[in-house]
Amino acid sequence: MDVNKNSYTFMFATIMVVVVAAILSFLAIKLKPFQASNVRLEKMQNIIYTIGVRDAEDPTSPISRDQAEEMYNKYIAEELVVNTKGEIQEGVEAFAVDMAKELKKPMDQRNWPLYVAEKDGETYYILPLRGKGLWGPIWGYISIEDDLNTIFGASFDHKSETPGLGAEISTSEFSNQFEGKEILEDEDFVSVAVVKGEASGDHEVDGISGGTITSVGVSDMLQECIGAYMAYFNKLDSKESSNPTQALSQEQEMEPASSEMAETKLDTVNAE
Amino acid sequence: MSTAAEEVKEAVKPKEPLFSKKNRKLITNPLDGDNPITVQVLGICSALAITVKVKPAFVMSVSVLAVMALANVIVSLMRNLIPSRIRIIVQLVVIASLVIIVDQVLKAFMYDVSKQLSVFVGLIITNCIIMGRLEAFALGNGPWKSFLDGVGNAFGYAWILIAVAFFRELLGAGTLWGYPVFEKLGLYELGYENNGMMILPPMALITVGIIIWVQRSKNRSLIETN
Repeated sequence: MDVNKNSYTFMFATIMVVVVAAILSFLAIKLKPFQASNVRLEKMQNIIYTIGVRDAEDPTSPISRDQAEEMYNKYIAEELVVNTKGEIQEGVEAFAVDMAKELKKPMDQRNWPLYVAEKDGETYYILPLRGKGLWGPIWGYISIEDDLNTIFGASFDHKSETPGLGAEISTSEFSNQFEGKEILEDEDFVSVAVVKGEASGDHEVDGISGGTITSVGVSDMLQECIGAYMAYFNKLDSKESSNPTQALSQEQEMEPASSEMAETKLDTVNAE
Repeated sequence: MSTAAEEVKEAVKPKEPLFSKKNRKLITNPLDGDNPITVQVLGICSALAITVKVKPAFVMSVSVLAVMALANVIVSLMRNLIPSRIRIIVQLVVIASLVIIVDQVLKAFMYDVSKQLSVFVGLIITNCIIMGRLEAFALGNGPWKSFLDGVGNAFGYAWILIAVAFFRELLGAGTLWGYPVFEKLGLYELGYENNGMMILPPMALITVGIIIWVQRSKNRSLIETN
């Protein structure tokens, strides 16, 4: 058989393409459920990571994938979806919202998922984040304490940032810097910026040397995504302050009131 | 850095009868005298991209080993059927399909490893060592020899990658496999600072250059004379 005849070449190419396509699509279909389950559990891991539910031995790693679902159901009290005006959107499942798709919509049509967590009597609001890095999307979750100002924890991840540079945003060294930072300055939203050099104050964290574009991406992402919830938070806030005993203050030292506040807050949320 | 070389020796010895002297050369040659990176100067692109840390370099090496060995065997089995005019395309299809399969399987069953690899999986396809070996070896030799050739070249690639990553991670970040070596040694208290240059891609090229220099000054037969 002459393997260099035109007809043979065409036949070979055709058969090869069909065989390869069949193998790959068969594999893709068979493996899809496993992959989807991994992605889902990872999302749960990352969400509860921000409220400190982590690996018992190594607090820099998320909780194991096997426990993720159980812990998620234990701590996440409520999942809601709000819009940019701060209204709760009915009939949308928060966990299923794809941030990548939402960010392509016009601002006023976006759905913003909000996870309300309860842990040790405290309420935390966990917001998903998504933005652009240098090579691809970056995303993460950030939890805010019930003063609606102080950041409790954060986790970041990325699709294809440079290892050792931009990819460092997914390390706990980077995300831990956000703990205790504040998103409000005199009641106005200022977000938290990732800065070059030494970070100072309550609204800055250290960037990654050599990862400037990724760092800027994180700053922009925080600005845009947290900002979108401000309308909703202001609504919660005004409901709170209508209660005379519980005016919100900027101070972090409000431990005695906070558990009480947490309950009230949850009630207001439930009432909606 | 010598772990890859040691692994090869361990793997070779117990199987001695299967390996004729000629076959053994297929594995040992690419480690030094015929090294794909330092002598053939192939695969430099990925060697620069993923040698910032040892762990990804290691995972990349293992993936390249798997893809290279399998692709060599598959192409070698088909070598008498492949029309020579489209052989490059056929080789690419084989490599790309293997890479996709590896990627999909990792995503389903070893999700953490798959996240480690992320973009590097795609880089395997562009690794010219793999196509180079298919073109230069697998098309003209039997499957067993091609398998050995693939494994040998993958190890040759691996030890350079891990050696470069070793120095870059140690000097650039003060860690090894993520473990803070310099911090535990207390070097920072003595005023030592990480060399940020080592993290940047040019230092990978310079490190590879130093390895080439050391290698050629030891093995003078590698020095090209014009």
